[in-house]
Amino acid sequence: MRDWDTTTRNRDQRLARAAPLTRGKVVQADDATALLEAVLEPGDRVCLEGNNQKQADFLAKVLAGLDPAQVHDLHMVQSVLALPEHLDVFEKGIASKLDFSFSGPQAGRLAKLLAGGQLSIGAIHTYLELFGRYFTDLTPRIALVAAQAADAAGNLYTGPNTEDTPVIVEATCFKRGIVIAQVNELVDQVPRVDIPGGWVDFVIQSPKPHYIEPLFTRDPAQISEIQVLMAMMVIKGIYAEYEVNRLNHGIGFDTAAIELLLPTYAERLGLRGKICRHWALNPHPALIPAIEAGFVQSVHSFGSELGMEDYIRARPDVFFTGPDGSMRSNRALCQAAGHYACDLFIGSTLQIDLTGNSSTATLGRIAGFGGAPNMGADARGRRHASPTWLKAGREARDGSGLTPRGQKLVVQMVETFREHMQPAFVEKLDAWELAENAGMDLPPVMIYGEDVSHIVTEEGIANLLLCRGEEEREQAIRGVAGYTPVGLARDRRAVENLRDRGIIRRPEDLGIDKREATRDLLAARTVKDLVRASGGLYDPPKRFRNW
Amino acid sequence: METLVFDYRDGKPVPASNRPPALVGVVGSGNLEVLVEAHDLSGAARVEVVTAATGFRPIWQAVLDDFFNRHAPSNILISINDVGATPAVVSLRLDQAMEAFKAGGAA
Amino acid sequence: MSSYYEASARERLLGLLDEGSFQEILPPSARISSPHLRQLDTPAAFDDGIIVGKGLLDGKPVLAAAQEGGFMGGAVGEVHGAKLTGLLERALDEKPAAVLLLVESGGVRLHEANAGLIAVSEIMRAILAVRAAGIPVFVLDGGQFGCFGGMGIASRLCDAVVMSEEGRLGLSGPEVIETTMGVEEFDSRDRALVWRTLGGKHRYLLGEAAGIVPDAIAAFRDAAIGLLRQAQAPDLSLAAMQAEHRRLANRLERFGQCRDAIDIWRSLGIEEPAGLPLLEIPEFVARTQDRRA
Repeated sequence: MRDWDTTTRNRDQRLARAAPLTRGKVVQADDATALLEAVLEPGDRVCLEGNNQKQADFLAKVLAGLDPAQVHDLHMVQSVLALPEHLDVFEKGIASKLDFSFSGPQAGRLAKLLAGGQLSIGAIHTYLELFGRYFTDLTPRIALVAAQAADAAGNLYTGPNTEDTPVIVEATCFKRGIVIAQVNELVDQVPRVDIPGGWVDFVIQSPKPHYIEPLFTRDPAQISEIQVLMAMMVIKGIYAEYEVNRLNHGIGFDTAAIELLLPTYAERLGLRGKICRHWALNPHPALIPAIEAGFVQSVHSFGSELGMEDYIRARPDVFFTGPDGSMRSNRALCQAAGHYACDLFIGSTLQIDLTGNSSTATLGRIAGFGGAPNMGADARGRRHASPTWLKAGREARDGSGLTPRGQKLVVQMVETFREHMQPAFVEKLDAWELAENAGMDLPPVMIYGEDVSHIVTEEGIANLLLCRGEEEREQAIRGVAGYTPVGLARDRRAVENLRDRGIIRRPEDLGIDKREATRDLLAARTVKDLVRASGGLYDPPKRFRNW
Repeated sequence: METLVFDYRDGKPVPASNRPPALVGVVGSGNLEVLVEAHDLSGAARVEVVTAATGFRPIWQAVLDDFFNRHAPSNILISINDVGATPAVVSLRLDQAMEAFKAGGAA
Repeated sequence: MSSYYEASARERLLGLLDEGSFQEILPPSARISSPHLRQLDTPAAFDDGIIVGKGLLDGKPVLAAAQEGGFMGGAVGEVHGAKLTGLLERALDEKPAAVLLLVESGGVRLHEANAGLIAVSEIMRAILAVRAAGIPVFVLDGGQFGCFGGMGIASRLCDAVVMSEEGRLGLSGPEVIETTMGVEEFDSRDRALVWRTLGGKHRYLLGEAAGIVPDAIAAFRDAAIGLLRQAQAPDLSLAAMQAEHRRLANRLERFGQCRDAIDIWRSLGIEEPAGLPLLEIPEFVARTQDRRA
């Protein structure tokens, strides 16, 4: 008779090996190595919690310090490779296969290890894809996660930076895997239960609190007048015209400039209450002035942001908070919101080609995707309507005879040249050569041109929804590409024609006086201004202070 | 470092040749300073660029062509010290400098 | 409200003096720029990063100089230094009501270090000569690059320094201290530490800055006018020097064991010292009244 219970019995064997090390669920930090050696088996699929902010850094160190003679050929499935240890496990021969989403800080080293044959990559995913595969063919056998606090029963308090933890634990626990959590503190009672104790096998108090990166803090002092100009164009030419109310912003200075112009420029245009009410967004400090000015009704977040804790606690009408008052974030659910429930995504990129494909991939670096592709893609499964979605859909389909439906606004916002005079517009993305060198199936395109609705540069806005045919689309892109080689090669008559039809709009076409585009228009020009706007509730990390 | 010189003819006269020079911008990374001076060039205009970013003459030409299409000044000397400013910043500073020059002094 | 911290040196100077009164000496169109930088294939500025000239403040004639931090961190090169020295020496002839130095400088320009070092010593000598002639020299420090190295020393030779909280004043900059003494001694990336050690509030509490103002050109102007109105001949006697040295020795005795500026503030008897960096300037001045070292 077929045995239907092998995973449970295997799990029991592992737990039995670990039993001498534990008192209840608690394991001492000194015993962490022994614990991992007891529960891991060669070839295991392991999720080492690496988010783009919170890191299970203690468990990462322990894992990377194991003896490869004993633990080897692990298959790592984790969303972000941020710490050196995340790659040390491959260099040391502890792990051999990788499925992931984003590797920004380790992108160069990852490319080298791959070229050296020290690991194989299954696939590079978006967050939602990887989370989806946790529940299909990439379910972790062992999950190593991080939480703020645990009690003796294993109940976890993940606090504001909950991020990926729920999705990892759910997938692992309910397929009879083993969940090990490092926690900053062991307490009698957790402030709230973010992960039920029954889903957690072991908790270890780490010698140091887990690392959190303040990834979403943008110092307003670094916003340029060119970015102010572009932000004015976005507010007047897109947010106002489409009445954008549900949206996600990227993390760059360009979008921070938009956030900081809401209480000033958008207010003057009479747009408060008419745009930017609901956000799928991490708690950006740059959003504080807009929240205080009454623009923002709700913010749901992927993760939190260091220093925003007290401000969030004091604004429960806006943020999602628990009964204890602190924020609850959830990357998987916020990504779903960003994909299906937002009408607009706007973000920056490094390169855009003539069909509007964009990529942040550069040669010698395998950086992956993160969240932008889920948010920056038209949700073709979406059915509910909104004025924004319907208007975009009409613009894209009018006169085409296609079945009417709506469309998401996907906006790429770039200066025509990046620093060191690198053009943002190119004939061919570096992604193609990277794909060839790294043996990828497809070039790593971040946002596909077919999903992009608008491109905004300091030269103006190109509305790609209104373009009919590839030739028009190409000229619309060239028409806002400025003095880059792509821009200089435009057909001037075709571009003027597009301008006459409102497909390309210059600042002056939008009634924007460029001389007004100064930093004086920003609602906050310094981090200290953000603290002031928060009534002293925002406590920025030390590196962002100059007081 | 590279020095580039551009000459333009057929501009419109900017009234009063005794206007004081105007300077905008700072010689810092990604930025530039633009000095505009009245100068008898027999109706021509000249731009002298000293730039730390070499090999971008065609882009300077295109940016300055557009600038002259906008302002068409004559009898003017524009001197630039550049530290790799993007065309967007260059265009902005040129416009600011012309505005300051017409207003009669430093910005 | 126009930020002093964000403004260029030229904007600061024009905003500080009575409107329309500034006359520049050796303006950019004179093209007196560094002969060294071109040889080193490095961009030069038409004014070599310093604007000097004369104007009126509160209706009184003053000479003034402003260093541009955006150009090589305001570092002092040969021409830059000579313009400043020349301005100070001119004060001996013109006898203005005061000389204003809008400092922003990382110290000596490494590209022309020998000339820059000599220039700094000439600046110091000129400052002392101007003061000896009974003309006050006031320093305004609120730029992005702070005031360090030779200009840090020169600033403390003057009659008074006015700072904003964002301004910094010191001898060695944070990165230099970290490099020589180690990150345990001073973590230059801990900006809160950098500012509470070198920034305007601490300098004001220690008495090195005579005044502290919010980050606005108008606030610096008001402070400069205040100094001008109260200006009196400095006591440069031997007895006064010895008294100053005794004061500094006492200060070292009193605070030498403190590990952090907050420890000093606490021992000055200031309530909730850790909260000082967050206070706006009027509150800060009120909270620390009669508590300065």
